[in-house]
Amino acid sequence: MSASATPSERATRPRRSWGALALALPAMVLLVVVIGYPLATIVLRSFAEPQWGLQNYSWFFSTPVNLIVLQRTFVISAWVTVVCVICAYPFAYAMTAVGPKVRLLLTLCVLIPFWVSGVVRTLSWVILLQDSGVINSLLRSVGLDGVRLIRTQTGVIIGMAQVLLPFMVLPLYSVMKGIDLRLVQAARSLGAGPIRAFFTVYLPLSLPGVYAGAIIVFILALGFYITPALLGGPRSTMLSTLVQNQVLSLLQWGRGGAMGVVLLIATFVLLALAGPLMRQKHKQGTR
Amino acid sequence: MSETGKQRGAAIDLSAVSKAYGSFRALDDISLHIEPGEFMTLLGPSGSGKTTTLNVIAGFTEVSAGSLQVAGRSVVGVPAHKRNIGVVFQHYALFPHMTVGRNVAYPLSLRGIARAEREARVKRALDMVRMADFAHRYPSELSGGQQQRVALARAIVFDPPLLLMDEPLGALDKKLREWLQLEIKRIHRELGTTFVYVTHDQEEALVLSDRIAVFNRGKIEQVGTGRDLYDAPATLFVGRFIGDSTVLRGQARGDRSGTALDIAGETVTAPHKHTGDNQPVMLLRPEKLAIRRPGLDRRDGDNRLSGTVSEAIYLGSGSKYEVALRDGSTAIVRSPLTDQSFAIGEAVELCFRGEDAKLLADDSTADTTLT
Amino acid sequence: MAMHPLTRVLLGLACILVGLWLVAPTLVVVPMSFNENKSLAFPPQGFSWQWYQNFVANPEWSTSFLNSLKVATVVAVLATILGTLAAFGLDRMRARSAGLLRMLLLTPMVVPGVVLAIGIYAVYLDARLVGTMTGFVLAHTILALPFVLIAVQASLEVFDKRLETAAASLGAGRIATFRTVTLPLIAPGILSGLLFAFVTSFDEVIVSLFITSPYMKTLPVQIFTSITRDADPTVAAVGTILLCTTTILIGGGLLLLGRDRRSGL
Repeated sequence: MSASATPSERATRPRRSWGALALALPAMVLLVVVIGYPLATIVLRSFAEPQWGLQNYSWFFSTPVNLIVLQRTFVISAWVTVVCVICAYPFAYAMTAVGPKVRLLLTLCVLIPFWVSGVVRTLSWVILLQDSGVINSLLRSVGLDGVRLIRTQTGVIIGMAQVLLPFMVLPLYSVMKGIDLRLVQAARSLGAGPIRAFFTVYLPLSLPGVYAGAIIVFILALGFYITPALLGGPRSTMLSTLVQNQVLSLLQWGRGGAMGVVLLIATFVLLALAGPLMRQKHKQGTR
Repeated sequence: MSETGKQRGAAIDLSAVSKAYGSFRALDDISLHIEPGEFMTLLGPSGSGKTTTLNVIAGFTEVSAGSLQVAGRSVVGVPAHKRNIGVVFQHYALFPHMTVGRNVAYPLSLRGIARAEREARVKRALDMVRMADFAHRYPSELSGGQQQRVALARAIVFDPPLLLMDEPLGALDKKLREWLQLEIKRIHRELGTTFVYVTHDQEEALVLSDRIAVFNRGKIEQVGTGRDLYDAPATLFVGRFIGDSTVLRGQARGDRSGTALDIAGETVTAPHKHTGDNQPVMLLRPEKLAIRRPGLDRRDGDNRLSGTVSEAIYLGSGSKYEVALRDGSTAIVRSPLTDQSFAIGEAVELCFRGEDAKLLADDSTADTTLT
Repeated sequence: MAMHPLTRVLLGLACILVGLWLVAPTLVVVPMSFNENKSLAFPPQGFSWQWYQNFVANPEWSTSFLNSLKVATVVAVLATILGTLAAFGLDRMRARSAGLLRMLLLTPMVVPGVVLAIGIYAVYLDARLVGTMTGFVLAHTILALPFVLIAVQASLEVFDKRLETAAASLGAGRIATFRTVTLPLIAPGILSGLLFAFVTSFDEVIVSLFITSPYMKTLPVQIFTSITRDADPTVAAVGTILLCTTTILIGGGLLLLGRDRRSGL
């Protein structure tokens, strides 16, 4: 394929840009047709239906329910992210510290939920959390009152965090795997205690993984639909459910579209903000 | 494989070959003739154009200008896979998903050679590099030296009339390198193929080659046998690059009988006339300099320079000294073990015969390119 | 690194808890699937295979399962071809344009599912693609494509392109080089891309919920509607089947990967 390129001349290797573009073209066409065009349609409709103007946006930002849901969406996503970071950090660290057999087991623990259908996993949370579910049965069997978990914000956070945890563990693990433990030893030899060595050396080196994982989890959580729809109730509705409701039940394409655009913009703003943090990965994470 | 007895190597002719990358001239008007069956080494510092020359011959790089003939036929524009030239790379380039046997069989399968003959030739090639026992291993299970021998077998198994080697021993340690150098020499003798070998290691070049082409800044400075290059360097760069040397610089005076250099108050003479615009310098090989305590009788015809020993290295077969001369430059002297020894800081005298000094044109780039 | 015994115990404990939290909840579908009563209430009563029989016999379930299988297979092949081509294209481009195109091709991963779903739904309504095989395949393919792209690009990145030069020196033309050297060496990346694409399509639910019709449902849609409609333990049976299949596939894959490494790949 690159018969004209040689090791020492990589930098000056001729780039067959047109051929390369042709290879990527089918994928790009599909992208434009199935992603670009639909998104453009939604943006257009949010300004054009029922008539031209900013009415849908002014409606969105002047209706208290919408603002409450918007705020709740961010709060729930933030909680999910925090829970994921706290749970994933020791787990990912353990993955780097154990022998190959235990590592295989831990990897399986992460990968199996990663691959098992999200609907099925949410179903198990429904079974666990419902009023006649596992947790409440257990509580009642030891003589305690049942607690209401399903259709609460707590239930939604528990379920979402479990579904999203693999997205936090995997980037963390890949960064931690690359951290040279001799650096921690060096810190210890220079007089740092174990806690100090952790906070001054290991933690900063693992931060790119934390950022990468947290951003992925937060963004996915913002757009979560299935888990809140099945586990949540009226008091834990998230933006996605609201969008779905506007379009499918009320046929308000303009309003649904405007909500979607808000969600989309929030996502991309977050991504743009996260860009510089993620780029640090290349400076530190590879040592 | 040389049982046919006929001349198997291909001659190579590069004439006026240039290769430019933008404004950078990687090769600047190179002409080189390589005899059939010759072991030619392209020697030079990194970026001097030796690897580019190899890539041009292999067909990995197209020339910008000039002509290139292999076995009398022009190969300009012929893609690499149709040139039938064996190449051994510094990074081995063994296919990691194939066993040693399949790696070596690869070029034969591409040429549609029947299975029975293929197996026989693979075995012969692996025998030649003494790797026959490893045919079923994967490259990742071999050491660097073993991988390179397999790569060599793979490059000769299809009997190419020309074998190119790009610093093949560069990644190996010294002992292994020295042993493999002898192996390569043996294989060259047995095959009779033309070998073109790229290296930046002048000792390796001297061990292996029939002739050496010294590259510098995209040009060939000199082509010749190792002895030619050592005893009669054409340029200061060649003199400095091949072997140890002392370069004497000073105020030059020329007359009919020769050239004299005034070095910080001391004068040395050589019975050669200097031509050209550049300042002349004298280049001396370490064994042509004698080191002795000062104040002894001056022998006739001897040039004398005084200095202090700045480094003394015991070599086993003798001693090597670095002597700081009055003008601040350093001379390198080798003396046999039987001689008296000198301590660092000791004042000494260096003597040499004028005819042993090579008179060369000064070239300020010669020093900087070497570092 | 020597770890304080207390730290070690705490870390182990945290690990076990998180591991349990990751895996155990999903396992609850297994006992539920053998429930005698038509209920998802815990604890299940008695033992019966009826929900598995129902999964096979009830056309609502079996058809949606077959639909998912068909869609996912086509999507896996299509996304793998398009994604692999694109990965090769990006590999041969200038770094800057490759980065831009890559970012664009990865957008399906970050665009919130519902936003994408209403967009595609709107377009499909006009194009009469709602509830069609083509509609599902197109939507799932673009959603699966990023996974293929990432997997193939990763294996292209570690692929030593100098091997292609070596193959050329041994007499291999472009096509022979691709077939005998490049392709076998990046095959693991392509295969994992294929697997990712299959699973992505097989699991996709948000967009599917919008573009589905009573005549064309996929399995996740059927599961979702079943959960919201009634407490039919057939979902638990389906969940159990999916869980077992996945575990066997992933476990086998990991073991195979480990063995491959030892044999020098």
